[in-house]
Amino acid sequence: MTNAMEDHMPEGHEPDISKMKVSDEIAIEIRNMNKWYGDFHVLRDINLTVNRGERIVICGPSGSGKSTMIRCINRLEEHQKGDIIVDGIELNSDLKNLDKVRAEVGMCFQHFNLFPHLTILENCTLAPIWVRKTPKKEADETAMHFLEKVKIPEQANKYPGQLSGGQQQRVAIARSLCMKPRIMLFDEPTSALDPEMIKEVLDTMISLAEEGMTMLCVTHEMGFARKVANRVIFMDAGQIVEQNEPEEFFQNPKSERTQLFLSQILGH
Amino acid sequence: MSDISYVSDQQIPPSPPPPNTTGPIKWLKDNLFSGPVNSVLSIVSIGFILFLIYDLAPWFIDSSWAPAEMSLKGCRAEASGACFAVINERFYQFIFGFYPSELYWRPTLAFLLMIVAIWPVLFDRAPKQLIWHTMVYPLLAYWLIWGGSIWGPLLVLAGPLIGYLIASKAERLFAAIVGDDFAPLVTLIVAVLAVILWFIFAVAPLDGVISAILPLGIMPVETNDMGGFMLSLIIGVVGITASLPIGIALALGRQSKLFLVRVLSVGFIECMRGVPLITLLFVASTLLNYFMPPGTNFDIVLRVCIMVTLFSSAYMAEVIRGGIAALPRGQYEAADAMGLTYWQSMQLIILPQALKISIPNIVSSFIGLFKDTTLVIVIGLLDPLGLSTAIRADADWNGIVWELYGFIALFFFIFCFGMSRYAAHLEEKLKTDHR
Repeated sequence: MTNAMEDHMPEGHEPDISKMKVSDEIAIEIRNMNKWYGDFHVLRDINLTVNRGERIVICGPSGSGKSTMIRCINRLEEHQKGDIIVDGIELNSDLKNLDKVRAEVGMCFQHFNLFPHLTILENCTLAPIWVRKTPKKEADETAMHFLEKVKIPEQANKYPGQLSGGQQQRVAIARSLCMKPRIMLFDEPTSALDPEMIKEVLDTMISLAEEGMTMLCVTHEMGFARKVANRVIFMDAGQIVEQNEPEEFFQNPKSERTQLFLSQILGH
Repeated sequence: MSDISYVSDQQIPPSPPPPNTTGPIKWLKDNLFSGPVNSVLSIVSIGFILFLIYDLAPWFIDSSWAPAEMSLKGCRAEASGACFAVINERFYQFIFGFYPSELYWRPTLAFLLMIVAIWPVLFDRAPKQLIWHTMVYPLLAYWLIWGGSIWGPLLVLAGPLIGYLIASKAERLFAAIVGDDFAPLVTLIVAVLAVILWFIFAVAPLDGVISAILPLGIMPVETNDMGGFMLSLIIGVVGITASLPIGIALALGRQSKLFLVRVLSVGFIECMRGVPLITLLFVASTLLNYFMPPGTNFDIVLRVCIMVTLFSSAYMAEVIRGGIAALPRGQYEAADAMGLTYWQSMQLIILPQALKISIPNIVSSFIGLFKDTTLVIVIGLLDPLGLSTAIRADADWNGIVWELYGFIALFFFIFCFGMSRYAAHLEEKLKTDHR
């Protein structure tokens, strides 16, 4: 392990998370999913079963459809063919199902997407109050609990614009956690951040993984993948090209496309 | 080669700025005399301002407010400057038009109550309960200004109450008839229909019946007697307060995924914006009665209010659409990803930000609308401009120009400047991005 990405990794996470046990229960099932943007076939025959407690890292060159795929899981993008079943609920045009799924699936975006007109605390309590109908006091307590967990309780009454990028992303994670989701999706959570901030966000994600959260994470942080993921998926041109345990994936990539990709991102 | 290695061995402590980098001398130097060109421009500008004051001051100072003979001739006999006597003499007419003078207290009271009604809307610090006054105020103001039986406004007020009762109490009843799934929708439709039917068929006859049994009211005033700044304010305030919510609805409608809603919104906006306001005012004064149920004689001022509202809500819709379009896609996605419904994300996420962005343009529209109320002169209503024409036709005041129009301009300026200042205050208060 001699690449630069390793620098972001915290020391001393010795009980290897990537070997943590995974339950047999299925959290997400994607069967023969296809998606087109107009005539352009972005996702081709995606098949993926995610068990509860799995930590999956998805990587691949830009434009390979990895973001689109995880955005299909909470239907920010609609798929046109195949099935997606999240937590036993099939995603289709039924809006009631959709809201149920979205309440169970947390999502973090590359650009955080915090609500700039609300304070950090209000950002965190909004969905619990309006979607889960949690009483405000209880929602505040939950929000403070998670803000402490991401180590920024003192920023609760500031506005997103006053925080650094890393802090904003941690707020975004706390905001998702306040809904007590069973699955977390991360769409390149660290690619808009400075190296110093990447570490603080990755630390937060690692502690989530340690607690057994089901996570799907689109990222190029290969150190994170090695340490945390129990499965790495490589996508290219809208297809899943290769998936394997991280050790095998990095030491012994099978497909030529994967080898090329890995040599490019790990080469310097 | 020299040694390039360097290590900072101490943290430099903060120190105060050197002298002459702050203070008034510094300000003058920075802002007025920062270079030869700027210095010349500053001196020329100051000279121009002094010249204006030098020229205008005598006109104001050597003016007459109450000459012995109240006419332009009387003014000229006493002073060479402005003749403010005309404003002195016609002051109440400028404000109330030909409203009966013994009833001036009614519009005055309505105006004061309006300030109380606006207060909780504009400022957070106002007592919360006042919002009830704000909700009842439109009918109260109508009753105070137009007068007549109190039962009419009360019956109108009963309409929303009936709707609310149906919406809140009758859902279980409908659930038994059409099943749980459709009950909320059916209840809503029935409630809205009930209110509309109540307005069309119940209010007027019931008003007649109750008034016959128990006549309770104040002296009615004809629309033709209303005029002056009162008229401008009535049309302006109605237009402003009603066009904002309608504009929001149209802006959302224009962005809707539902084809018909979108087409209707776009059609309405384009038709209203594509027509001059004067045309719409003519429609209000002549055509609109054709669309009303036969027998109703709808008040001309109310008709004008409706047209002005519709006209400006089309503009408002476009202004707000601009604000909505300025929001990054991520805001919608974040709201969606949390499981918020469409209406929740609009109410909690999109509109608060979109309206904030649009404040300057919304206020520009408001100011434009308020000044456009003077156009009602073309359909014969006596707004301040209409009155000034009438006053100048009077033999006593024939030939007076500056004083009248200056006074009208001052009135409009005060209100428009007030709106502009409030908008600036609001922008400052809502500033959370800390750029």
